[in-house]
Amino acid sequence: MAIIDLANPTRFLALVNRVLPWLAAITLLLFAVGLLRAMNAPDDYQQGATVKIMFLHVPAAWLSMMGWGLMSVAALGTLVSRHPLADVAGKAAAPVGAAFTFICLITGSLWGRPTWGTYWVWDARLTSMLVLFLLYLGVLALYWTAEDPGRGSRAAAVLSLVGAVNIPIIKFSVDWWNTLHQPASILRMGGSAIDPSILWPLLIMALAFTGLFFTLHLAAMRNEILRRRVRSMRIMQAQEARA
Amino acid sequence: MNLGPHADFIVAAYAVTVFVVAGLIAWVVLDYSAQRRILGDLEERGVTRRSQRRDE
Repeated sequence: MAIIDLANPTRFLALVNRVLPWLAAITLLLFAVGLLRAMNAPDDYQQGATVKIMFLHVPAAWLSMMGWGLMSVAALGTLVSRHPLADVAGKAAAPVGAAFTFICLITGSLWGRPTWGTYWVWDARLTSMLVLFLLYLGVLALYWTAEDPGRGSRAAAVLSLVGAVNIPIIKFSVDWWNTLHQPASILRMGGSAIDPSILWPLLIMALAFTGLFFTLHLAAMRNEILRRRVRSMRIMQAQEARA
Repeated sequence: MNLGPHADFIVAAYAVTVFVVAGLIAWVVLDYSAQRRILGDLEERGVTRRSQRRDE
């Protein structure tokens, strides 16, 4: 099967049905290994055991930004090629990305209280992350409340592209402004500043979160395709009843 | 495992994450079964999509 064949929703559904159980199983396995390694990781010399919150907070932050990146690519597909599967991908990614952003904000806040002495501060990193969460809610509102699904999808796609500006702002906010949030310590010039005993569990947890994101995203895409089938069948039913 | 003096914050962070992820999983699973049920009902009543008619 060629890649282009997957653009057909029926073929895509068949592929999702085959791939989803495997992806879910791999994700479960990664979480089992990642959590075991995370619980046995040594305490940080400054932060103590609160460093264990990092194993949730950092992957959730990465995936929240990746989710928006995925929505931006899907938005191009919606607006330029007008492919329905691109719109399905964007719509399915929004609630998953919003949930990961919410996890990032809450775990960050719970990590901040013992580390910084405050749950929240309006610094550039925290504020730009909150803006990302609000953008996710905006996209969801456009998808879920538009009377005409086509117009709602196009408006959500435009907001997805405009909101993509926020992603580099989040990433570089700790370099551009003086923030309470620490600068990049993993993805930075000169390599990671984290000890391997903490870095490896973090990377395994990041893989597990990535598996979870794509499992949920594919499952949500499958649901959205089925929902659109239901909608088109109801329209057919209504047209036949009128005729 | 000793979580130290800030155990409450660590436990709360994991609890919130489990709660949100469980909610996402429940939403996806329940939505799937709902859509399958509605599709089944429509097909039972003989309603088909245009593409299905072309295939027949």
